[in-house]
Amino acid sequence: MSAAPGGRASSAPLLGRDAEPTVFELSVTGRSAAQLRTTGVPATLLERLVSASYLRREPVALPEVSERDLVGHFTRLSHRQFSVDLGMYPLGSCTMKYNPKAFDEIAAMPGIADVHPATPAPLTQGWLALLCEIERELCAVTGMHAATLQPAAGAAGELTGLLLMRAFHAANGETRTKVLIPDSAHGTNPASVTLGGYEVVTIPSDARGLVDVDALRAALDRDVAGIMLTNPNTLGLFEEEIDRIAAAVHEVGGLLYYDGANLNAILGVVRPGDMGFDIVHLNLHKTFATPHGGGGPGAGPVAVSERLAEFLPGPAPCRTADNQFEWRMPPRSIGRVHSWHGNALVLARAHAYLRVHGRDGLARVAERAVLNANWLRVRLHDSYPAAFDRPCMHEVVLTAAELKRTTGVRALDVAKRLLEEGFHAPTVYFPLVVDEALMVEPTETESPQTLAALADALERIARGATDDPDAAHEAPRSTPVRRLDEARAARHLVATEDDRDPVEPRG
Amino acid sequence: MIVPDDLRYSTEHEWARPDGRKVRVGITDYAQDALGDVVFVDLPAVGKQIDAGSLLGEVESTKSVSEVYAPVSGTVRAVNDTLRDAPEILNADPYGQGWICELEVTDAAQVEGLLDASAYAKLTGS
Repeated sequence: MSAAPGGRASSAPLLGRDAEPTVFELSVTGRSAAQLRTTGVPATLLERLVSASYLRREPVALPEVSERDLVGHFTRLSHRQFSVDLGMYPLGSCTMKYNPKAFDEIAAMPGIADVHPATPAPLTQGWLALLCEIERELCAVTGMHAATLQPAAGAAGELTGLLLMRAFHAANGETRTKVLIPDSAHGTNPASVTLGGYEVVTIPSDARGLVDVDALRAALDRDVAGIMLTNPNTLGLFEEEIDRIAAAVHEVGGLLYYDGANLNAILGVVRPGDMGFDIVHLNLHKTFATPHGGGGPGAGPVAVSERLAEFLPGPAPCRTADNQFEWRMPPRSIGRVHSWHGNALVLARAHAYLRVHGRDGLARVAERAVLNANWLRVRLHDSYPAAFDRPCMHEVVLTAAELKRTTGVRALDVAKRLLEEGFHAPTVYFPLVVDEALMVEPTETESPQTLAALADALERIARGATDDPDAAHEAPRSTPVRRLDEARAARHLVATEDDRDPVEPRG
Repeated sequence: MIVPDDLRYSTEHEWARPDGRKVRVGITDYAQDALGDVVFVDLPAVGKQIDAGSLLGEVESTKSVSEVYAPVSGTVRAVNDTLRDAPEILNADPYGQGWICELEVTDAAQVEGLLDASAYAKLTGS
């Protein structure tokens, strides 16, 4: 890029005329955003305080910018973001729902936020009591016996669950090698299975979009460690034969793992433990009021049935006989899966969310999430039919296959056009079993007016595809950054500033 | 969707161009269109023996990773190295510059068992 160094208090990047420079490109030697106060403490050479072997030989290459330019830079970038706080974010499978601000305030209370994780247990009895309470609440929601709060997010929970599966079978003197996964599963499931040292066996969906129970039975034998299921599944459909599935898997000694990604659909209505699941992870950052999508932190607690509790990670917070709290290692623990006690402030938010809603409130969350998705399914039937035309749960998978056949406008084009309409795009091309998939998850937090506005926008896009397909192929045309070449970065990976082509990026 | 008359096709959307005991293999126009922008092609090792229907390689696009199966049994004699640096050729010219590999076939009769252009066009609704 040819941008001159130094800041420009300019809104041109906001309008999309220019790309926003990186903070390094704004750097001018000697500028600083901070000044040390004048104090009575005498200045001392660093070399006197720190051993020479620990000192850098060369200064670290940090950007040097003024406070004014720094604030301008990040404010301009923030204005170019789309966020849940800004508008509807119907990104299926991700549960991008609005997170009430009150729970942020609770997580930021000094008594909760300012405690160092190394503080000895006798001085943090309140926090330990809170963690024990959260464990109890999560077990109540899932119908399980005990939980670990350590895993950092969903995929970490999956790996923890698979390690628990392995420990359980090993304790029974068994070495099992395979884990079953439906073909509509989240991509993290097979990745976690592989990382956990198991072989993935894919189970096909039947014509209803549900697990093909006959194919499942055919795949079951004593080598099967367990099955990973999401219920409702990634097609937004409830696995109606979950009791038969659970019985069949248990019959060969396998375990059932519940991927909690879609828990928002069943909160307070039905519990994984009652469906026969042995291991459950929860995505607290999806379902329980922690903003996500920005890279974290999240929390993926794993709850288990009684027979698996002794293998849980530790140390875990426990109540002692004399009503004190201490850290204890479960007897046959698989060990730590996170430093300290997990992402504790995410846990605190979840606790507040659960307490505020109560069981009846949680059930209303699920009911409204399901109602909203079904309203969109029916309203959009003529322009984007559902891939499986039956009542869905909290999300609906629509298909643009017919639109593509008649106009050449694909699901990807629809998603890009939607940005021009002021909405975040839905998930596209997932699950893989649906052609030209548009996976819409409205969540319970959007109003009927917002849902209608989304439906209006999608219908306008479908009508426009016939009259002016090029507009769809070129979308988005009104955003600060227009359509990106999504393939180029993957084909020709440039991971450092120094390796960049001296080419003006498309803006 | 282009379906050249002189090629044979598998139901898994690979094409085969027979030339004596050798068969050049790639994925069809329908397959590249369904995959979208291809960003990486995992090529088989030269010399590898492979059975019809087993895994020949993988094609990764911005949407997904898809497996490529051997349409016939044989030994890999050559691979299209240009796909390593320029996987986009597979989108631009699936039947020409975007070929994936050449197999020396074990049983020439297997080629005759593949679909012809009209049967493949019917399969894909082209």
